[in-house]
Amino acid sequence: MKILVCISHVPDTTSKINFANGDSQFDTNGVQFVINPNDEYGLTRAIWFQEQQGATITVVNVGNAETEPTLRKALAIGANDAIRINANPTDSFFVAKQIAEVAKNGSYDIIIAGKESLDYNGGMVPGMIAGILGYNFLNSCIDLLVDGSNVKAIREIDGGRETISTTLPIIIGGQKGLVEEKDLRIPNMRGIMTARTKTLTVVEPIDASINTKAVKFEKPAPKSAVKLVAADNLDELINLLHNEAKVI
Amino acid sequence: MSILIYAESAEGKFRKVAFELASYAKKVAESIGTTVTAITINTEDVSELSKYGVDKVLKITNEKLSSFSAKAYADVIKQAAQKEGTKLVILSSTTDSIYLAPLVAVSLEAGLASNVVELPINTSPFQVKRNAFSNKAFNITEISSEVKIIGLAKNSYGIFENTSNLSVEDFNPTIGEADFGIKVEKIEKVSGKVSIADADIVVSGGRGLKGPEHWGMIEELAQVLGAATACSKPVSDLDWRPHSEHVGQTGKPVAANLYIAVGISGAIQHIAGINSSKVKVVINTDPEAPFFKVADYGVIGDAFEVVPQLIEKLKVFKAQH
Repeated sequence: MKILVCISHVPDTTSKINFANGDSQFDTNGVQFVINPNDEYGLTRAIWFQEQQGATITVVNVGNAETEPTLRKALAIGANDAIRINANPTDSFFVAKQIAEVAKNGSYDIIIAGKESLDYNGGMVPGMIAGILGYNFLNSCIDLLVDGSNVKAIREIDGGRETISTTLPIIIGGQKGLVEEKDLRIPNMRGIMTARTKTLTVVEPIDASINTKAVKFEKPAPKSAVKLVAADNLDELINLLHNEAKVI
Repeated sequence: MSILIYAESAEGKFRKVAFELASYAKKVAESIGTTVTAITINTEDVSELSKYGVDKVLKITNEKLSSFSAKAYADVIKQAAQKEGTKLVILSSTTDSIYLAPLVAVSLEAGLASNVVELPINTSPFQVKRNAFSNKAFNITEISSEVKIIGLAKNSYGIFENTSNLSVEDFNPTIGEADFGIKVEKIEKVSGKVSIADADIVVSGGRGLKGPEHWGMIEELAQVLGAATACSKPVSDLDWRPHSEHVGQTGKPVAANLYIAVGISGAIQHIAGINSSKVKVVINTDPEAPFFKVADYGVIGDAFEVVPQLIEKLKVFKAQH
């Protein structure tokens, strides 16, 4: 079983979000980058397949050289090898096209991507890869089991869950639930050491059209201070919610 | 040339997002001088869409589409777009629409912008404002392809009445075996409860509630308000509540009209997931809890005293209104 895990290199959740060059670019100054959390759940599920069913795992990222430490971290967690597609990931379709090319060349059985990245929150790449390759696709996937070429999986839906069956090859948009928080792994020293010698291949991008462009960023207007209501005056809270906020 | 929307329904009746989508699409259509066409799938009565400005319905009734299939539904939307010569498709941000949107985008070679929060800034070049960085910033995206798709963020525009003359056409798209590579075996839904995705009000509990045995008051508060219940990440990690209730960055996003956080300190990851909610109320003993910095209204106090009182007062209020 060959698994391709897509890794987004995103600012750590606690990072201050600022923009540079006339608000046209994310300001990476002083920002710590991490594996996108939704991708990390997927990677950890892939490690489970590696340990239980002998899968091999390739991690892939579309990005410039500065994303390599994030790929090395994925190798330290346990992926077998890594591919970096040497391009700036500006448009979702462009990114999907690049990953689809790698996926096609490597004949992977399972492609795992996070259902969305925590920087641009586009939520499109896994679906677009599926659209390009024509593979079976399950988004918001919270459980995945493979037996031979048969797949059983669960999708989170609004207000519940849906169990599905399908066959390989499959691409999933993963999230928490694929594994739990406590299952996530912190790379140990041995993992970090072996990651240095694992193969990280750099490939050049293929031509692909770009349909969208981020032209500018804005920060939300500063929020006004909280209105405090005394704990023994809850009628006032109800009054404010009814007459001022008009939400009840 | 008409703008195309997919008006979602559940059990044969429109979901509220369908009306928000229609209201939004009508406004865009008016600004560029065109009309709104809606696709409905297995919705019995489609006339309600005329209240929100839809001009034409492509009504699909097909047993094969009785349970949601992203590929089949995307295929239907693509065929409708081609038939109508649509240049702009507008979708909602439900779990299902987020799932199918990229498939439609690939098949129509369309640029897609998701999480759009207001009317287009420009229609030529076509620019929209969208949520990014987990609600910590906005991003203006320009779509340059001939066919464009936007995903409207939930509860970002609102529902506006705008009566139109609705024509209804039965539409029979071609659906093949290839559309059903994913087979739905079983759907489990919590019945009799409002889902977080559909709720106008969400009542959420955190570790401050000290244990799962204290959730009765959260459920009662939710019931009085007709709200959905949710919880913070530590609470779902401790198995006090099911994972499906976990809201926040790695859980479900919440974009409600009113979000009430009880005993939740407001970690940055939690706030990222709920910040799209319009009005936020926090009830917490700790005045230093970060949630007070993002809330609109706050009560510093013990949840075990405040919540039961609030329930009683709300019952009185509800009886009068």
